[in-house]
Amino acid sequence: MIEVKNINKSFKVSKRQAGVLASFKSLIHPKYEVIQALNDISFTIDQGEIVGYIGPNGAGKSTTIKIMSGILTPDSGSCQILNRTPWKQRVEHVKNIGVVFGQRSQLWWDIPVIDSFYLLKDIYKVEEETFQTTLQLLSDTLDIKKLLTIPVRQLSLGQRMRCEIAASLLHNPKILFLDEPTIGLDAVSKIAVRNFIKKLNQEMNTTVILTTHDMSDIEALANRIILIGKGQVLLDGSLKTIKEKYITHKTVTVDHYDKGITLEMKGVEVVSQTDGRLVLSVNIKMTKVSDLITYLAQHLEIADITVDDRSVDDIIVELYKEYSI
Amino acid sequence: MKQYLTFLKISIMRGIQYKIAAIAGIFTQFFFGLLFIMIFEAYYAYSTKTQPIELNQLIQMVWLQQSFLVFIMLWYRDTELYGMITSGNIAYELCRPTNLYHYWYSRLLGQRLAGAFLRCIPIIILASLVPEPYTLHLPADITTLLLFIITLLGALFLIVALSMLIYISIFYTLSPAGSFLMIAVIGEFFAGLTIPVPLMPKGLQTLCYILPFRYTADLPFRIYSGNISISDGLIGFCVQLLWLAILLVAGQLWMKKAITRVVVQGG
Repeated sequence: MIEVKNINKSFKVSKRQAGVLASFKSLIHPKYEVIQALNDISFTIDQGEIVGYIGPNGAGKSTTIKIMSGILTPDSGSCQILNRTPWKQRVEHVKNIGVVFGQRSQLWWDIPVIDSFYLLKDIYKVEEETFQTTLQLLSDTLDIKKLLTIPVRQLSLGQRMRCEIAASLLHNPKILFLDEPTIGLDAVSKIAVRNFIKKLNQEMNTTVILTTHDMSDIEALANRIILIGKGQVLLDGSLKTIKEKYITHKTVTVDHYDKGITLEMKGVEVVSQTDGRLVLSVNIKMTKVSDLITYLAQHLEIADITVDDRSVDDIIVELYKEYSI
Repeated sequence: MKQYLTFLKISIMRGIQYKIAAIAGIFTQFFFGLLFIMIFEAYYAYSTKTQPIELNQLIQMVWLQQSFLVFIMLWYRDTELYGMITSGNIAYELCRPTNLYHYWYSRLLGQRLAGAFLRCIPIIILASLVPEPYTLHLPADITTLLLFIITLLGALFLIVALSMLIYISIFYTLSPAGSFLMIAVIGEFFAGLTIPVPLMPKGLQTLCYILPFRYTADLPFRIYSGNISISDGLIGFCVQLLWLAILLVAGQLWMKKAITRVVVQGG
């Protein structure tokens, strides 16, 4: 359904040193640098998949999304989505897709949300009846019924984001692109949004491609991950295999009332030790976390204990090392 | 087509919200109208030659210019629209199944209609109430009035087509200031808004008649004032349509090109 092949995209970025003198210099002789945002990206996605598209800042995630949604034209390569090339048949293509850019707003700033919705209805030429059913469904599941009559500028970020997601689904798109949809959301909204995306995928068989820095988004939603870094696909596979491969350590943080402790366990390293707080890194292949906790409980008067996975960024850092880029 | 009418409608609805701006505009324009008339009066009183346009006709033009300022000014700009380009919100515009040129065109058209709608009637009323010889009169006959209305509408479509070029140029320059300042100053001058076209030297006049700007303001107003005959007015109208066609085609082609090299600013 989505077939991306050998996509390349570069940007010209103007460069200038700090200071007044440098400003004058660049006035006469501006310097540019070409940045390769995407370097030979290829993948295919089938209908009904939820794909987590992850990578560090500046990896090229948003650029890929923008190319797939017909906004940007790549330098070379091909992309077929529902048998169309997005940037060539833009108007036809975008009828089938919904896009949410977490850091931007598509709702008209000073008119009530519902007016924006009606405008989108006209833009996408949605039939009145279909529109009403979709609107009903969206406002129930995203819990935005009360927000519809409020001007967008008076909504909080979380409220607005739920409206944004509803706005990009009014025309029942077959593919949904979400670029950091949970940015800045509170726990309740985050879960509401996640549940909604899941439901949408199950009931309407909508293909979802989402980028995020929140690993828990990915864990809750995606059955497949495409990891990119420096414009290249580093890894394409299920979350489980990646975790098995790369989560070798867990971090255990202990708050306690004792002076301190000298630990000698296999595979356990002290990351830091201060008065009343101990941070440990455990190699889970060598030592079970439960064993460590039992040991700690015997030797320390514990106030609190937390166990953390390694974050997605840690994994990426390691992947960078592995792929040496 | 229907969706572009919706854009037009929404744009008018939004424009009408700005009541205070309109009231301020009415008084400013009324004041400027009086000021210009006084300047021209002084000029006419002290000039020894017969001028190519009567003072009375000039007064009519000044009032019309002030009434329909929002129709004819190139610098009347939509901050949100160029904000979209410079901030990168253009991304959302491009994922709509709409022709961006047509969308923006209808949006700008709606804004000007709303702005002028709020301002022109009060100014026209005020201007027809000021004592003679500064009064705004009805045109000589109904044909003149009709031709005036038609060419004024043509002027509106033409000015929007012209300003579209400014917006498209922002894809390249990323700064509205330069584009607006240059085109607005040049355009205003050649539209006869600084010095009326009939008072310009011959060579400059010829240049004015060649360039499109004059057909956005000078033409309809001079038809109204009776300075241009009906037959000349009709010829002018044809040139106006020709320019409109050229600018619409050029704008759409340019837009198409600009979109392929769009860069979404701010990631």
